Amino acid sequence: MTRADACAGILWLGATFYALFGGADFGGGLWDLVAGGAERGERPRAVIQRSLTPVWEANHVWLIFILVVLWTAFPSAFSAVMTTLYVPLALAALGIVLRGSGFAFRKSIEGLGARRVAGATFAISSLLTPFFMGAVVGAVAAGNVPAAGDGDPFSSWLRPLPLLTGAMFVASGAYLAAVFLVGDARRAGDEEMRRYFARRALIAAGVAGVAAAFGLVELHAETRYVFDRLVHEGLPLVVLSALCGLGVLALLLAAARRAAAPDSRLLRPLAAGAVIAVVWGWGVAQFPYLLPTSLTISGAAAPPDTLATVIVVFLAAAVLVLPALGLLYWLSQKEMLGE
Amino acid sequence: MPWLDPLPLAASASNLLAAREQMAFTLGFHIVLSCLGVALPATILVANYLGLRRGDEDALELARRWSKAMAVTFAVGAVTGTVLSFEFGLLWPHFMDRFGSAFGIAFAIEGIFFFLEAIFLAIYIYGWKRLSGWAHFWSGVPMVLTGVGGAFAVVAANSWMNQPQGFTLGPAGNVVDTNPVEVLFNPATGYEVPHMILAAYMVVGFLVASIYAVGMLKGRRDRLHRLGLLIPLTIACIATPVQLFVGDTAAREVADHQPAKFAGMECIQKTGTHQTEYVGGVCTSSGVKGAIPIPDLDSFLVGFSADTEVVGLAGIPADERPPANTLLHLAFDGMVGIGSALLLLGAWLAFAWWRRRDIPRTPWFPRAVAVSGAGAILALWAGWIVTEVGRQPWIVQGYMRTSEAVTEASGLWFVFALTLALYAAIGTIAILVLRAMSRRWREGDAGPETPYAPPARAIS
Repeated sequence: MTRADACAGILWLGATFYALFGGADFGGGLWDLVAGGAERGERPRAVIQRSLTPVWEANHVWLIFILVVLWTAFPSAFSAVMTTLYVPLALAALGIVLRGSGFAFRKSIEGLGARRVAGATFAISSLLTPFFMGAVVGAVAAGNVPAAGDGDPFSSWLRPLPLLTGAMFVASGAYLAAVFLVGDARRAGDEEMRRYFARRALIAAGVAGVAAAFGLVELHAETRYVFDRLVHEGLPLVVLSALCGLGVLALLLAAARRAAAPDSRLLRPLAAGAVIAVVWGWGVAQFPYLLPTSLTISGAAAPPDTLATVIVVFLAAAVLVLPALGLLYWLSQKEMLGE
Repeated sequence: MPWLDPLPLAASASNLLAAREQMAFTLGFHIVLSCLGVALPATILVANYLGLRRGDEDALELARRWSKAMAVTFAVGAVTGTVLSFEFGLLWPHFMDRFGSAFGIAFAIEGIFFFLEAIFLAIYIYGWKRLSGWAHFWSGVPMVLTGVGGAFAVVAANSWMNQPQGFTLGPAGNVVDTNPVEVLFNPATGYEVPHMILAAYMVVGFLVASIYAVGMLKGRRDRLHRLGLLIPLTIACIATPVQLFVGDTAAREVADHQPAKFAGMECIQKTGTHQTEYVGGVCTSSGVKGAIPIPDLDSFLVGFSADTEVVGLAGIPADERPPANTLLHLAFDGMVGIGSALLLLGAWLAFAWWRRRDIPRTPWFPRAVAVSGAGAILALWAGWIVTEVGRQPWIVQGYMRTSEAVTEASGLWFVFALTLALYAAIGTIAILVLRAMSRRWREGDAGPETPYAPPARAIS
């Protein structure tokens, strides 16, 4: 494995973490959005608030990590993406600003009305960011970003595949969030909320599955290179993702039939596995390209000493950040953190 | 022949201005919040330490309140910082394309610091209730270290733009080889980094103290307010004299390595010895109008002798001179002037403390402290105007012009207008939220448990 490949791997690892944890945070915002009026939505919103508050900023840092690794290790790919997909990227950034500030403000602002506006801003913007991030990823996978940059600012992403990818990002975030929230409600001993989020996990899993299926069809139509690799080299990952997804569905349905809440100890790893397999399936499918099929990983790579720095920094992060992140999640799960 | 076509030229000139305004505004907004991220943790931990060590409930209460305020400012800081990461690519794609592999090195390191800061900040802010006192205190210590480390990395990246080194360019003008250690420890890192970290401690110290000074002027002269004023003010007053020394060194380094920037800052027209120091005034090509001139002082400040030669703007090619000389000059003088005034404020406090172990009794003292926070922020902005406007027309000093780096995308002015409105709203709401929190604390109300409980229960 070359240094450039290792850096691409680091990039994908960052994307995996962001899809899992950042994605779930956005999903939490979606469930907040559809929780209903102040009265009806109070309990689910309280569960969402409790589980999001201590962790969302740390989860958000994965995005910074991705951007930094991309522009440092693969500067020309970064610039090509930025000069082509600036419209969805700017909208995703807008969503990030509104989501973070809306979430921070809504608890402390004066008056129920103002709190609702801040809450709605948080919730609606939780849709914006994953959708447009998905559109960016879809446009890259579809090969719509030329290596030299300056691709068409609209037709590069206003196509079925990028838009479907956006929808898939939103749905899979909602699905992860609902699965995680089932566990949080279980820990809090809240049987009703456990069932509440289990129902929603089922719906989101269905939507994500349908979006993924349509996405495959569009992938076939729009980018043969990526499709072919996905169903050959990437096939084990596709199967793994499908099996995990079906496993989650089976658990949720079985629990619904028994009118009980599903076992979240099995549910969580399966749900995460489905998403991880998709992220790496995408990576395998477009290998060795960073921008299929015009810019390869080695073609976009920075000078060797820069790549070495990125790798060293990543190893340092693995030693320093991952245990700290584990501590944060552990404390949060043990209900040691609260307002 | 597209290069003769006036329209793209006009568009790119307009893009350059729009992109620079966008960058300046979003950075100016973020930098205040990042100062809070760098220096507020230490301020909180001092109060926390005093509280635990002496069993001081007031000090603990201050630490608790400040950490809740920090939850809000850190959230806004995190998202406005993310915007800047996007802007590097959205506004300056050609810069990132050519130099990302060198410029990015410091940011890769910053990533670790930011990660750790976000993690331990969350543990500290939300660990008040369930963690034991000292375990909680120690969970906050990494915030202080990572804040300083993060500031080092980000400012090292800016230093590199001012004094780039540690890379080799290929025939296409791209970076083909890097030396990460040389990139990180470029000559400007040594003075820019401490200057910014000290600035963060000054901004935070004077800003937090100014809030309690306002409270005192409103008649709240209890122990909580005294401590709330003294803890941050002491930190700021210790940082200030060190800052003036570092700043003085920085100015001499700039005179040596970035003569165009220095000539702009000081409004020096002709190269020569015995340069006059101009305080204030308007810069014109025929000299400074309306300034207070101090003969020979500028040469003396640069080389400790009136015989020191200082380069003037006339000695620099016209297309390499920084724009907006008057702004640059006034920003520099404003920064130095405010810094000196803050030094006097610190001396005043130190004198009163030495004589009577108390803050000065006159109401003029809290009045002075009350404006010191805004003053420190103004000085911070002024300093960044000097650094950034003074580096123009270069984005990478001597290697790439800002005009070569800018995007060709359309709609930049529209985005800028939207950003102005959005940030104005966020800034206003953030201040309103912090004021509401402070009012609730005074009234002893813990605030709502859930984001929006039904009105009936919110009343009971």
